[in-house]
Amino acid sequence: MLSYAIRRILILIPTLLGVSIIVFLMLHLTPGDPAELLLGERATDEALHQIREHLGLNEPLYVQYGMFLKRLMKGDLGETIWTRQKVWVEVKQRFPATIELAVTALFIACLFGVTLGIISATRQYSIFDYVSMLGALTGVSMPIFWLGLVFMLIFSVNLGWLPLSARLSVDVDLQVITNIYTLDALLTRNWVALKDALWHLIMPAVTLSTIPMAIIARMTRSAMLEVLRQDYIKTAKAKGLSQFKVVFKHGLRNALIPVVTTIGLQFGVTLGGAILTESIFAWPGVGKWMYDAVTQRDYMVIQGGTLFIAALFILINLCVDILYAIINPRISVR
Amino acid sequence: MPDKLKRKNPQDRHPFLDQMSQLWRNKTAVVGLILVSFFFTAAIFAPLISPHNPNETSLYDQLKPPVWHDAGTKKNILGTDDLGRDILSRLIYGARVSLLVSMVSVGLAFVLGTFFGSLAGYYKGKLDSFIMRIMDIILAFPYLLLAIVVVAYLGPSLENAMMAIGITYVPRFARIVRGSVLEECGKDYVTAARSIGARDLRIIFLAILPNCLGPLIVQTTLSFASAILDAAALSFLGLGAQPPTPEWGAMIARSRSLILRASWVMTFPGIAILFAVLGFNLFGDGLRDALDPRLRD
Repeated sequence: MLSYAIRRILILIPTLLGVSIIVFLMLHLTPGDPAELLLGERATDEALHQIREHLGLNEPLYVQYGMFLKRLMKGDLGETIWTRQKVWVEVKQRFPATIELAVTALFIACLFGVTLGIISATRQYSIFDYVSMLGALTGVSMPIFWLGLVFMLIFSVNLGWLPLSARLSVDVDLQVITNIYTLDALLTRNWVALKDALWHLIMPAVTLSTIPMAIIARMTRSAMLEVLRQDYIKTAKAKGLSQFKVVFKHGLRNALIPVVTTIGLQFGVTLGGAILTESIFAWPGVGKWMYDAVTQRDYMVIQGGTLFIAALFILINLCVDILYAIINPRISVR
Repeated sequence: MPDKLKRKNPQDRHPFLDQMSQLWRNKTAVVGLILVSFFFTAAIFAPLISPHNPNETSLYDQLKPPVWHDAGTKKNILGTDDLGRDILSRLIYGARVSLLVSMVSVGLAFVLGTFFGSLAGYYKGKLDSFIMRIMDIILAFPYLLLAIVVVAYLGPSLENAMMAIGITYVPRFARIVRGSVLEECGKDYVTAARSIGARDLRIIFLAILPNCLGPLIVQTTLSFASAILDAAALSFLGLGAQPPTPEWGAMIARSRSLILRASWVMTFPGIAILFAVLGFNLFGDGLRDALDPRLRD
């Protein structure tokens, strides 16, 4: 088990290096002068000279990459072009908002996805099965940026139930500790703020959960169907166990193995989808920050944000793989 | 299964015919095929069926609601946008853009993925680990992020969006092809081809690959679906189609500021995206059931 984990971590190193090479090269393979790309067309000669010196843009490419890597090791992602802030500081500032949104979305997706999948599998070919699987396929096909706008139109504009955007109402006070607003409200027992934060969170989170929910529901259904066909399920039934015990104790535990992997992969979908969702709902997280950087052509932010999200995604996948090996001992034999 | 027994010699049927009849009996696949054909027809015959020029602005017809509203007119069945352009015509021409983008990007991914995947699967060893490592690196970027970043650097345009989507889809194809080629390589017909002195490229492309087509076709169909979705998302973010190109995602982006005044401008392009993607997904699912006998009940 331990050796599997270590091997798995060692494989990460070339992948992480590869990601850093891709992110590094993008700036240099793009047509045009990287210094000008970084500072914009109206930059003064002096500023251009300065950034060339600072980033070593006059050196050969491999030396530049070495410098880039050295700065990365120190946690230095550079400075943003427009606000002249440390990129790393900005990431840290915005990341809690993204994590709050992504985790809530994934939670909703798991809760409903797994439930729908189980019910569909136990009632294969029933009306419920057909409707929920058609729903799941629609979910997979959903342009979430459009769905978010439709939600806004229905629940904010027409019904007036939910706030249109942002994370908290202006008139609500909240002592910020972790910057995850719902958690902060819980920690300070500020129930007014908790309700307000949840009210703001629900629409973006449901929007973001659509695709993962649909994929998890489909995966759970097929994994459950596979397991329910096995002989030991027949044995369990023959023993006279209740339907509930057969499905949950004997069925679900074994079906969960592929489902866990799917859920882990869905984290990547939510991280990417966060760029769309956050920009629609003006959610001040890493996704919206990246989107703004793309429209303002702040390449330092794009570079830093991409590296951060990709590294996070790789780490999550690592955790999922190790978790997978723990719940499925067969894997470590290979 | 009684209708299977009725056939004289089921073994005599060509597997292709067998698969096609499986496909035909699969209702979801047929619905998917109908949806897909609907959008292809719209795209091909766009100039003939669209009632107006999609880019023709009209000052007098700004933000006309659809025909079933009181203020709607038969001239613009689905209404007009803020520049007075006919939404139905823009949707029809939009099918052209979306299908073209998905064909080019999936085509690119198909060619590159099949090429690298078959090299990796056939030659194994160092080349295999090198190619697959690169694929892992591409897969290390979450959904849509790599495409967004590539376009952010190359500059926003439809061509760059196609390229970006194509690149991010290469690993899907490479992995499938590599797996199938690895499996096929050990079979006798490959040994036979080698023993009569066929060159490697000939063995890969003429002997092995035709036997790996099933999963490839399924992947291509499903990739069409996600390529339409991703291209629309990129255009929505302003990174794909540029104005005045009638593209569904770009139409939604433009309608954001009109959400309070004219919701129909936003509604219809989203429905178009949803149904086009759904069509390819339904068809792809049906194809998978038909082409992969292991999944049949």
